[in-house]
Formats: sequence, structure tokens, C-alpha cells
Amino acid sequence: MVKLIALTPGKGLLPISEGGVAVTEMVLDRLVSVAPFAGKQKATSEALKAQCGGGLPAVNRRRGAVTWFGHGIWMVAGDAALDGLAAVTDQSDAWAVVSISGAGVEDVLARLVPVDLRLPVFKTNHVAKTMLGHMSVTITRTGPTEFEIMAMRSMATTMIHELQVAMRGVASRA
Amino acid sequence: MRLQAPARTVTFTFDGRKLQGVPGEPVAAALLANEIKLVARSFKYHRPRGIMSAGSEEQNALVTVGRGVQTEPNVRATTLEVSEGLEVFSQNAWPSLRHDAMAINDLAAPFLAAGFYYKTFMWPRSFWEKLYEPVIRRAAGLGALSGAANEDPYEKAFAFCDVLVIGAGPAGLMAALTAARAGADVILADEDTAMGGRLLREKEEIDGKPAIEWVKATLDVLAALDNVRLMSRTSVTGAYDQGTYGAFETVAGAPAPGKPLNCFWRIATKHGILCAGALERPIAFPNNDRPGVMMAGAVRSYVNRWGVAPGKAVTVFGNNDDAHRTARDLRAAGIKIAALIDSRDDAEVDGDFPIYTGARVIQTKGRHGLRSITMSHNGDTREIPTDCLAMSGGWNPTVHLTCHMNGRPTWREEIASFVPTPDSVPGMITAGACNGRFSTADCLAEGAAVAADIARGLGLKPKVTIPAADDAAYAVTPLWAVQGKGRMWIDFQNDVHVKDIKLAAQENFRSVEHMKRYTTQGMAPDQGKSSNVVALAVLADATGRGIPETGTTTFRPPYVPVPIAAMGAGSQGKGFAPERFTTSHQATIARDAPMIEAGLWYRPSYFPQAGETHWQQSCNREVGYVRSAVGVCDVSTLGKIDIQGPDAAALLDFVYTNMFSTLKIGRVRYGLMLREDGHVLDDGTTARLAKDHFVMTTTTAAAGLVMRHLEFVLQALRPDLNAKVISVTEQWAQFAVAGLKARDLLNTVLDQPLDDDSWPFMACGDVGVAGASGRLFRISFSGEHAYEVAVPARYGESLFRMLTAQAEVMGGGPYGMEALNVLRIEKGFITHAEIHGRTTAFDIGMGRMISAKKDCIGKSAAARPGMVGDERQQLVGLKSKGADHVLSAGAHLFETSAAATRVNSKGYTTSVCYSPTLDTHLALGFLENGRARHGEVIKLRDHLRDITQEVEVCDPVFFDPDGGRARG
Amino acid sequence: MRITCPNCGERDRREFYYQGDALAVSRPAPDAGPEAWDDYLHNRDNPAGDTRDLWFHEAGCGAWLVVERNTVTHAIHKVTLAEKVKR
Repeated sequence: MVKLIALTPGKGLLPISEGGVAVTEMVLDRLVSVAPFAGKQKATSEALKAQCGGGLPAVNRRRGAVTWFGHGIWMVAGDAALDGLAAVTDQSDAWAVVSISGAGVEDVLARLVPVDLRLPVFKTNHVAKTMLGHMSVTITRTGPTEFEIMAMRSMATTMIHELQVAMRGVASRA
Repeated sequence: MRLQAPARTVTFTFDGRKLQGVPGEPVAAALLANEIKLVARSFKYHRPRGIMSAGSEEQNALVTVGRGVQTEPNVRATTLEVSEGLEVFSQNAWPSLRHDAMAINDLAAPFLAAGFYYKTFMWPRSFWEKLYEPVIRRAAGLGALSGAANEDPYEKAFAFCDVLVIGAGPAGLMAALTAARAGADVILADEDTAMGGRLLREKEEIDGKPAIEWVKATLDVLAALDNVRLMSRTSVTGAYDQGTYGAFETVAGAPAPGKPLNCFWRIATKHGILCAGALERPIAFPNNDRPGVMMAGAVRSYVNRWGVAPGKAVTVFGNNDDAHRTARDLRAAGIKIAALIDSRDDAEVDGDFPIYTGARVIQTKGRHGLRSITMSHNGDTREIPTDCLAMSGGWNPTVHLTCHMNGRPTWREEIASFVPTPDSVPGMITAGACNGRFSTADCLAEGAAVAADIARGLGLKPKVTIPAADDAAYAVTPLWAVQGKGRMWIDFQNDVHVKDIKLAAQENFRSVEHMKRYTTQGMAPDQGKSSNVVALAVLADATGRGIPETGTTTFRPPYVPVPIAAMGAGSQGKGFAPERFTTSHQATIARDAPMIEAGLWYRPSYFPQAGETHWQQSCNREVGYVRSAVGVCDVSTLGKIDIQGPDAAALLDFVYTNMFSTLKIGRVRYGLMLREDGHVLDDGTTARLAKDHFVMTTTTAAAGLVMRHLEFVLQALRPDLNAKVISVTEQWAQFAVAGLKARDLLNTVLDQPLDDDSWPFMACGDVGVAGASGRLFRISFSGEHAYEVAVPARYGESLFRMLTAQAEVMGGGPYGMEALNVLRIEKGFITHAEIHGRTTAFDIGMGRMISAKKDCIGKSAAARPGMVGDERQQLVGLKSKGADHVLSAGAHLFETSAAATRVNSKGYTTSVCYSPTLDTHLALGFLENGRARHGEVIKLRDHLRDITQEVEVCDPVFFDPDGGRARG
Repeated sequence: MRITCPNCGERDRREFYYQGDALAVSRPAPDAGPEAWDDYLHNRDNPAGDTRDLWFHEAGCGAWLVVERNTVTHAIHKVTLAEKVKR
């Protein structure tokens, strides 16, 4: 019996690093989006709490495995059974997810992202739905010098190229 | 001449001549140190010009830097830093700076007054483009670009703060210090290479110590604070809405691979404090443009800051007390002062050099460098030998940014200058010299005061300590133009003199905006920074009005020239737009398929094989795969939208013209979507996976548009509908498998083989695909027995390789966009070539798809008069007379007997192909009352490609009209 | 230009898609007649002053917004989620 081979979006493109900032691929096996139906947000949150230890975080925030992902929608790293409460959609393969880290990471992202991502303003587990160059992305701070960026899978090459150019520009000033 | 030997020098070149300079000093300082006075030729008259200023306002000393692709023209020598190996060239001169052939223009000056071009080069009209313009452009102009694409990296960046302080002179430093110490998030931006502004060039004391020490101590404090960002070499170029500012940074240091030349910043701030200082203005007197005639403050700056004497015997000519400083400072540095000439009768001056009050400079001499001036004093004239004239007509507050949002400055008589009108830019406040406060003590106090106010507004508790400083008054008596013989320059960069402005007034261009356009005053790269106030004062005088009534022209961003490359930074090459690649991309390019762009996506045109020399051969072969065996095509680029919720079916009924609430689970239906104005928005198929769960497909082109439209319907039009739409385009890799052997091919990869009973035409459902969970849709865009099989994207490449390899075993293979297009045209299936935004459901023959049983988007408008009817151009098929008769898209349709003119056009073609299946050329197009004309012959005419063909009008479905092949 | 999205906070204009007059949320009844539909579809004021427009936070959270602003001063007075406006 033939078997399909799985490839990640960043296959052959990552890791990269420049001047102390590194980009690596994050492989999330299972991702589902959760969009609560009208009047079901609270029930959805409670059901999720029972299933994955945390309910729906506030807008612009991540809590545990659940990340706010836009107007009326959240992304769960894992599975969710929410029949009748929310639209649950498999997104496991839809996103290129990278981690970017290093001392100059805020300067790198400031070349590409029109949002203030500095630590005093944008703390760990803060989430921004915004742009990276011309692309729509979801940016989450995962640590003092580390961010997670999700872009459309088909744009993985462009995202990595954009990050690399910005990383070189920042590194060249050091 | 240098006042002291420098510790370290580097070598750079000017017009090929090797010169020594101090690293980091401006090229202008190094040229003066090397006693080079002639550095440029003027824009229009090619007059010899020298360095005038010591800042970004420089009018004369524009130079070209670098060679070849890296050539950068019109760089100001006053802001360009000296570095080892730097190559600097003069511009606008031929064959050389000293012997410039075009200096003939200067002799012809009486004919070249303002308006000369407008009046002279009018007829004949055809001469303008071919003769006049090229000749004039060669004669008048500044530096030139290389014409080659520049690969240098440019950068853009975003920054955010509570307080943006613009300018790091005494007011700016004090404002930044006060705000920062209170805890505000501060950016201090300054265009100079070092911060300190005027304090870097003055011999002054703050708190009893040299001002420069206070600057250093203040910068040390600021640099140590986490909440402060110091941005030197950064000109804030514009003030925009909601606290957004543009700023242009020249990246410091030597070039390196990957290192940007500059960075264009977008800074968003809660508050702006403009501390931009003031610019000195010239005085108009005859031949005031000779090399060696400089601004008084600039002369002081070269001496005090850079240790360079611009002359050996310097004359100072001014109308204000500040000019006296230049004489005093130069004298203290041991430079001879030939004369201090103050135009004011009542000026109080002392010094051990010749002093003349109530006097004027009325003439100068020296072709390539100043040799003497002529002074008029008490009715006498006297020639004074001098090699540098330091002039000062007073100071103009740098109000520019306050005018960027339509603000107009206010005239203040006692300083004879415009000052900012408060609240001209929301959230921006002004302090210091740019606010008309010229003493250092006033600047420090005002900087601190405005910053403290802002800090309090931010809920902080500022502490204000203002150091003691000089608070000498600034007294000025206006002197705009001296009476005398000869041209008196006002706008040095655009070669505009007093007579030009008087001529403008005389010819009734009396409004300041008209004068500007008539004379070009203020239109050079410096945008009239130094000349505007003098020019409008002269205009005011010529028109008998006051200066406030005359007003200023509009100051627009950018404050300093910004290369287009900097504004477009990040959009070079691959940065222009994101590239979207399907999961089969690598496998596709490995087959040498040429890729075409479909929106942001890259899709294969065709898959060439050995021996094929023309794309048409490949395309015909690939069409043959589908019509006689099996073809595989990546269709992942089509938009896929997951729709769930109790009202999912109601949403579909509302956005599609036809019914979806009646669709059975496990079935797919074609749907047509209109815009609210009754025209077709998009089409596609939607599958019902469960009672409250659908998956919609859109065309590749309209995927984003449809998603936005659905969100609009749910959020703005029908928030009552309880449904959710989620894009899953990226989640699924989807492949069309089409042809007689489609099922056989699929059975090689499916976990459970297909049979006709469980998968009839338009069926859908979950399937196992070589171990993965997939979806299968029995739909066809080719008219053949076909399926689309979807797997999670991680398996896309693998499935594509499997399907294409197996297809080849069966006599088929992959097909590209060319073949896909032929297949759909043969079947009369529409794309956005047909639903191009101006066609209705009626036009494309789908009027009956608008359900009478329900409302939908576009239904009301689609029924309006004019949206249906015989007079409308309707979708038809057009068949050529055979394989030798090529058709073209975009051609117009005419009656065979009619002339092919616009008024006779009865329609046009939208899609064409050569059909290998039918061995003829086919077209889809729109023809007036076309559905009633099947069987008639009409004329196709393409004026652009010079194609004329007779074509037969027919049904758009050319092949297998009853659709038996897709169902079978 | 910066717009304060009720979800995301203040954001640069580049994240938003501009649609047009916010009267588009007040769709006439299907049988409202051609004049009502003509007004709804085609007729727009072009005021020098206060306007209400629809913007889509397309490169952000995906919310449709009604933005009240002034075309002369460029001030933005109020931003509301389109789903919450009265129609």
C-alpha cells in the first residue's frame, strides 16, 4: 500500500540565522480554529477549559494552547470537540509557523511589522494580528527575546526571505 | 585652511583630485580646508557657485557621489560625511567645473528671465518633445542618474513612542531630558551626525561650562535611559495624521554587504515636540552668489565646529545682532575680519576690526571665487578686498512640519519672521528657535516647559531643572534686497533673482503661489528653505502689500529630499509582492514548467517534453491527456471557505443566486454570486459535508474578495445569521484528476476504490488517500469524467508526485494553465475573463439561476430595466473557419458588411484558444442579442494585432453539449 | 493615518481596506423600489466634513468597522464594530 509523505512548510528553508537572531520552524502537528456560534462563547470557553486546561483568552492574548486569532475566532494547538458550540475547523496544515529569537529580534521585526512589539508594550503571550511586509501574519511573543510568527503556508518562502533581509540589515549595523 | 592640524585624515577625491579630509566631517568642510571654493555650477545659468551653508538647507553645493549603478546625484556636500576612498563629483558642468561650456547661458541671461521658456518654446507644437525639451533638459538641470537598476539595499522601519522630539539643539535636548526623566517613552531624532544642534557651533556657556560639555553630559544621561532612543542622522521629513511622522535616516558607517544605505522610518507617537531650530536667510544684493559668499552662521560653524577657516580675510554683512557673533568668533580664532557691515544705523557693535553701521554691500568681484566687495556707506562707495563674505539677513524659524497638515504660519513683526501657528498639527507642539525663541536660555526653558506639560498629561511627574545660559536678545531690522546694479539672487538653487519676482508681479502673477510657479522660486530640491521669506518679501514690496497679506506658499513633505528608493524600501525584487507557492511547486519546476502568475500564486503554464519547441505543442498534448486518457492539475489556488453554523445554508441562499438549503448532504452544487449592483461577483461549487457544514470554492482571482464579501454580509448586513466562515485554502492541497481514466488513476491512491454508484457526478465526501484523510469531489471543469481530490497540505507534494507518475503510466500526465484554459473554453465554462465585473447573470445565460423563491444579494438590482434584454451583449461561442484562422481576445465584433469602427461594435471576445479536439480556433465573447443569433456569420476585427476573421456565432458549449462525458 | 480597531487597538492605515459610505449596512427591502435601490447602490454624498465609512481590518483581526471621521481635519471621532451599529 502506498503511503503519502508529509512535508513541513519550511522544509529546506530553515533554520537561518544572522547576527545573533535565529529563525527555526515550529512543527505543530494539530491546529484547529474555534469560532463560537452566536451566544456560545462562554460555553465554548468552559468546554475548552475541560478539554485542554484553559478557556478562550481575551483578544490579543494567548493562554496555554489557545490563541486569539481574530474577530470571533481562536486557534487551538491540539484538538477540540465543540459540537453545536463553535465552528471547529482543521487548520493543521494551513500555516507556516516559525520561531524567531535573539537579542536583536525586536529590531528585526520593527523593519517589517507596523505594530509596537517592544517588551514593555507587547509582553509574553501577547498576540498581534498584523502584517509582516505585505503578508498577513499572527505574531505571538513567546519569551523576552522570542516570537512565534504564523503566515499562510503558501507564503513560507516569502516570509523567510523577508525575515532574512531584515536580519541582515540589523546585523550589518552592529 | 585648517586652524589646527587634525589628528587623523583620510583620502577622498573631488572630480578625481585626491584630497585629505577628517573622517566624519562634511565634505564641504574638507573642501574649504583644501581651499576649494568653486564646487558647483548653478541650475540655469551655470554660474560658478561655492558652499553656502553648513546644513541640509544647502542650495549650491550639490554633488554626485559614487559611480555606475551606485551613482547618487544631488547630494549636499554639507551633510555628506568624508570617508576613506569616497568619490565626489561636481555636476551640471561640461567639460569641467572651471570651464563650463554652458556658462554661455549666463551671458544670455537678459533673455532667460522667468517665463522665458513658456513664452519662447511654444510653436510649433511638435518641436516641444523632440527638440526644445531635450535641449533645455541638457542645459538646465542638476545631477543625473546612472539609468541602471540599483541593487543597493534600502530599508524601512516602524517606531513608536510617547514623545517624539524633533531636533536635538538646546530646546530638543532639554525637552527629551525632561520627558525621559519623568519616565516617558522618548525618541529624539536629529538630522546631524552629532546631537547638540546650534550648541555644537557656538562659543557659549551653560551652567558656567562650555555648552558642548553640557551637551555631552545630557546625551550621556539620555543614552543611559532605557526609555530613550537617540536617532542621529535622522531627518524627520513629514508630519501626518494621528501622530505619524516620516523620518529619513542615513545609516552610519562604511558600506557593507546587506547593509542598507538608509532607512525610512514611520514613527507613531502620542506627542510631537518640534525643536527644529531656525535657518539663516540670505540678503539679496548684486552678485551675491559668488563662491565665497556664505551664510554668517555657517562660517561660524566651520570655524568653531570643524576648525576650518572659509577665508583668510572675512567680511561680515548683516542686519541683526547674531551676525556680530560670527565676527567675534572668527576674530577669537585668529582670522582677519576685513569689515563688519551692519545695515542698521543704530546697531551697537564693538570689536577690534573695521565696523560700518548703516552700510550695504552693493557689489562683489571674483569669477571663480570672491576677491572683493563694494560697500556703500554714508553716500560713499568703497571696495574692500576679501575672500569670504558672511551674510545674515536674519533667522527664519523652521516652521515646515507645522504646515504639513494644511497649517499656515503667523507673521511676527519683531523678529521679521513667520512662527508656527499653535495646534497646526494635532498633538505637536513647538519649542525653541523654531518657535521664534532665539536665546539659548529661552530655548532650554521652553523645551523643558513643553515636555513637562506633556509628561503631566501622560500621568507622569516631571522635575524641571533649567541650567543657566546666555539670554542675549536678538534684534533685527529687515533688509531683504539692496538697491544696486546687477542680478540679486534669492533662490540660489533654482537661479531666481529679484528681477524675476518683480517681473512675475508685473505680469500679474501676484499671488505667492502663482509667483512660485512662474519663477520656479522654491521649487528646487531645497524647496525654498532659505529663499521663501525673502522672495515673498520682495513680492510683497512689488505688489504694495504687507508680508502677512502676501502669505507663504504651502510647505509640503518631505522636509529634505528622500530617495524614492527609500520610500519603496523592502519592495525591490522579491520584496515587491509575496509569492504564493502550491505544494506541487518544487515538483512542477523540476519538470521545467514555465510558471505564470495568477494573482500572487505561481502556476504552471504547461509541462514541456523533449522535442517540443512551442508551447502550443505541449498544450495540445496535455488537452489530449484529459480528452483521451487522464490529466492531473493542481487546483489548490482556488479559494476554499469552510462555512459552519445553524444558518450556514441560509447564508449561502443569501449570497448565491440559487438555492443551497435544498442541497443534499454529500452533494456539490454550482453557485453564482452577484454583487449587490446585479453584476456577477464570482462563481464556484459548494459542497455540503453535513447539515450545518459546507465548503465553498471560489475562483483563484476572487478568493480574497469573496472572503471579504462573506464577512461583510455576516458582520455588516446580516448579523442575525448564525454562521462562521473560515478560509481553508491553505489547509488543503487539491488536484483535479480528469479524463476517461480518472477513476482508474484515483483508485491507485485511494484506500477504498471508487465505484459509480457511490460517487455519481456532483457527489462529495471523505476518503482515505494513501493513508491520509482526504476529501473527494466529483466535479469537472473540463467536461470529462473528473474528480478533485484534496489532502492536508503536508501531503500535497507527495500526492502530486504519485498522481502524475501513475497518470503517465496510463498515457496521461500533468497539465498546466494553457490546457486547462482550452478544456474550459471547449466546454464554454466561464472565468473572470467573462465575469469581468460588467456582466450580469442574464448576459452569461444564467438569468434563470436567480431563484424566485428567495431574496439574495444582487437580486433587486439584477431585475432593474437595462440589466436584462435583447439590447444587452450576451455570451456566445465563436468558431473560426478553421485551424488557419486565428482569433484573438479583446477583438471587437461587427456585422460582416459594417466598417470596423467604434460605433459599429456589436460586442467583443474575452477568451480564445486553438481547440485540438475540434481542430479549429474558438472564442467566447459577448454579442448584442447574441443568443438569438446562433448560426450567423459575423466579423471579428482586432485593430491592435491587425486580425480580421469571419466567425460563426454558436452556443458557448462547443464540445459535448449534453454533458454526457462528465456524468458517464 | 491610524485607526483604532475595537479589537486590536490603534493600527496603521495599511492594515485596513476601505469600502465606502457606511450607509451600505442599511440594505433596502427587496421590494423597496428602484429609487431606494438606486440611492443605496449609487448615490453618495461627498462632504467636506464628517463622514461615516466602512473599513475592513483585513490585515488584522478581520472585523468590519464603521469609522466616523472628518475629511477636513482628518480627525477620527469614533470606530465601531459594524455588527454592533444600529441599522
